[in-house]
Amino acid sequence: MNLDINGKTFQIDADPTTPLLYILRDQLQLNGAKFGCGLGQCGACTVIVDKQPVFSCITPVSALQGRKIRTIEGLGTLENPGPVQRAFIEEQAAQCGYCIPGMMMRAQALLEQNPAPSKSDIRRYMNANLCRCGTHMRILRAVERAAAFVKDGGKGGTAG
Amino acid sequence: MSAAPGSLTRREFLTRGGALIVSFSLAPRILAASPQEAQNIGKEPVKEPALPGSLSKAPLLDSWIRIDADGTITVFTGKAELGQGIKTALIQVAAEELVVEPRSINLVTADTGRTPNEGYTAGSQSMQDSATAIMHAAAQVRAILVALASQRLNLPAEQLTVHLGVIRGNDGRSITYGQLVTGETLHVRANPQSPLRDPKTRGVIGKSMQRVDIPAKVTGRAIYVQDLRLPDMVHARVVRPPSYGARLISIDSARVQKVPGLLRIVRNGSYIAVVAEREYQAIQAMRALAQGAKWEERATLPQPADLYNYFQKLPTQDYIDLGGAADIALGPGSITSTYRRPYQMHGSIGPSCAVGLSKDGIVTIWSHTQGVYPLRDALAELLKAPPDRVRVIHMEGSGCYGHNGADDAGADAALIATAFPGRPVRVQWMREDEHAWEPYGSVMVSTARARLDGSNITEWQYEVWSNTHNNRPAPAGQLSPAWAIEPPFTPSAPKPAPLPAGGGNRNALPIYKFPNARVVHHFVPGMPLRVSALRALGAYHNVFSIESFIDELAAAARADPIDFRLRHLDDARARDVISTAAERFGWSQYRRQRGRGRGFAFARYKNYAAYCAVVLEVEVDRESGSIRPLRVVAAIDSGEAVNPDGMRNQTEGGIIQSLSWSLYEAVTFDTTRITSRDWSTYPIMRFSNVPETIDVHVITRPGMPFLGTGEAAQGPTAAALANAVADATGVRIRELPFTRSRVKAAVGL
Repeated sequence: MNLDINGKTFQIDADPTTPLLYILRDQLQLNGAKFGCGLGQCGACTVIVDKQPVFSCITPVSALQGRKIRTIEGLGTLENPGPVQRAFIEEQAAQCGYCIPGMMMRAQALLEQNPAPSKSDIRRYMNANLCRCGTHMRILRAVERAAAFVKDGGKGGTAG
Repeated sequence: MSAAPGSLTRREFLTRGGALIVSFSLAPRILAASPQEAQNIGKEPVKEPALPGSLSKAPLLDSWIRIDADGTITVFTGKAELGQGIKTALIQVAAEELVVEPRSINLVTADTGRTPNEGYTAGSQSMQDSATAIMHAAAQVRAILVALASQRLNLPAEQLTVHLGVIRGNDGRSITYGQLVTGETLHVRANPQSPLRDPKTRGVIGKSMQRVDIPAKVTGRAIYVQDLRLPDMVHARVVRPPSYGARLISIDSARVQKVPGLLRIVRNGSYIAVVAEREYQAIQAMRALAQGAKWEERATLPQPADLYNYFQKLPTQDYIDLGGAADIALGPGSITSTYRRPYQMHGSIGPSCAVGLSKDGIVTIWSHTQGVYPLRDALAELLKAPPDRVRVIHMEGSGCYGHNGADDAGADAALIATAFPGRPVRVQWMREDEHAWEPYGSVMVSTARARLDGSNITEWQYEVWSNTHNNRPAPAGQLSPAWAIEPPFTPSAPKPAPLPAGGGNRNALPIYKFPNARVVHHFVPGMPLRVSALRALGAYHNVFSIESFIDELAAAARADPIDFRLRHLDDARARDVISTAAERFGWSQYRRQRGRGRGFAFARYKNYAAYCAVVLEVEVDRESGSIRPLRVVAAIDSGEAVNPDGMRNQTEGGIIQSLSWSLYEAVTFDTTRITSRDWSTYPIMRFSNVPETIDVHVITRPGMPFLGTGEAAQGPTAAALANAVADATGVRIRELPFTRSRVKAAVGL
């Protein structure tokens, strides 16, 4: 079976009931999406499928043929981080960071649907994802900052 | 909103920290005998009390700092990055005293093969222990290099300047650190005193620096032990028993044999695990095996509705921590209140994980443990191997907030890897494993009594009932997988942690001055549920109790809660933190709106560490019982602030985590099993209910000892919440958590 991930096609050899998360992590070595609960309750595994945030821990790969999957590795790199990644760095919006890739993918989906979300839009949209370190205030600020970057055509923001 | 911290660019570094003329007068930082916490001391505390911080455990300078001929600087710490940002702060401290750029330092964290033994990364002690050691070691290394340069250049030290790893004479000649260091240069014992830089010339310490670990975390780099993928690695899962003490009767291995990729079923007594080529195959095999496994279970847990009565009736060991043997005669006008806190969990977002490899007679475990050396000793005992045949290497995991499943997962990896030698074995817990098997924060009950004379507290009596807060390994009997194997290991008898750090009695002693005070710790050895260290230990409950009670007494005295506290407090730093938080909140100008209230609380963590005051405004919906935290202002003094934004991040996190504990969290169980096994049965705080704003004000004390930050806010936050709810509703709630149903029952229409 073929999967379209971050704009590339991957040939996958797996039981079709396997949740996407395990394919991403174990077969493709895309580490961004994390195992948190395996139950669709915490959002650590969030990726984007077409335009929607999806819990990859409960989404079987059989449901994903022909659909566009995006993970945090598709948002940018260490050397060239994308707007959402830059915003999270500038707001120092991480403690342990384990939930953060899922947070960023949900934020990315929000900003694609609504480039100028209000504070309450952001809270409502991010509500599906759990953070245990209590980094919420910084995550909310980072999403606002990312929205500002996107508004600037993805070029905004200066370090520091 | 706080300003986003900038990373120090090279240019900024040059201007801010540049042209440092190093003073060699001994400016001894106050070598306060910083008390050691029992849970922090590994198994082999070698006492050299004259040396600062963890230098007392590892006194050779090159245990901490090595410099290669090419100038590469490597700094070693026995502490681990847990998401608290310790790596960044340690790099800052080393860079400051070595007078180099932070980016030029390579930091190696907890590894039994490479770093000093600093016990556990716990108790908010890493700055006191490790940063203090590194700061002094770096200053002494610099002094040694300057002395060598003085000889080489034949110039007196006063005519040398140190900058970015280069020592320059006033005649223009220079020599680099790398050129000066030879094999044994730094292989010398540390001195008790160090030529520390003048705090007025700080270039790096005290400036917010972006955390060194965050860029990799936001771009999906493999940094967590969960991401470690060694060549030829296989995956394992454990079939956990359904309840404490359950005994395995039989398994149906035929159901499992057809799972593709299955490599091995490991069985040892009641311990069963599966090994498979791929992770999801291991999960499928584990589920198939779990379905067919028969267990004998015992109803060992109390009736949940009767928990607090049951707990207080368990046998106790009583310790009088303050005052005399006899109760204080409180007389007429005395006030009594009792406070309760349920079992609460760490609830790490990422279930525990470890990778083990048994090869060539060595067992190597990659783990997110808080204590690589203690875990190594426990695993050596578990495997009946000499400790030098076991190596434990720390890798980051999801935030742990204390003793969660990390060490147990290390034991799983050790047991399974030795049963399946030659290939690396990765084992991760499932969500329900973590929720049901992690050691919880102990249930606690306290009773406070006091008598007022006008606006003064004249008599004070406080009693607290608690389990231990430290069941960390070693020994091996503290590892839950060791309970299931044959022959089983048994947990060691719990012991109360001594004051001043304490465990259940942490912060049980009032920081306020009362003419007559008595504090009794009823240590409960019996542990119906598994418990151990959860962030802040007993301080969470004791500060909740004491700071709630102080507000109750202030109300009885018709005094402003902050004035009332200040009347009983003479510590100047405490007063500073309190007044800063109050002013920034606008306490004296506050206008209460309908349904809203404000609450204040303060504590000095452990009574000897960080000072933290929290002011909180809430809105209470009487109809539903729901509480909405609106605005939080905090002030914190952790001694000299190394990375102020890191401190704010930790304190914001402590506030939100404590709000989550205090509003929502209680472990649930029936008489046999833990029933809170996922996020629907154990809800935590979500974005929808975090405060609108949290402002944390850092008060720095240049040149003063580091006091640690991570656990200062939890107790004050819980009490500030209780006080705000009381202010909003007129009703005092003394049992945590403040769930909708409890609040509705207390204040509902």
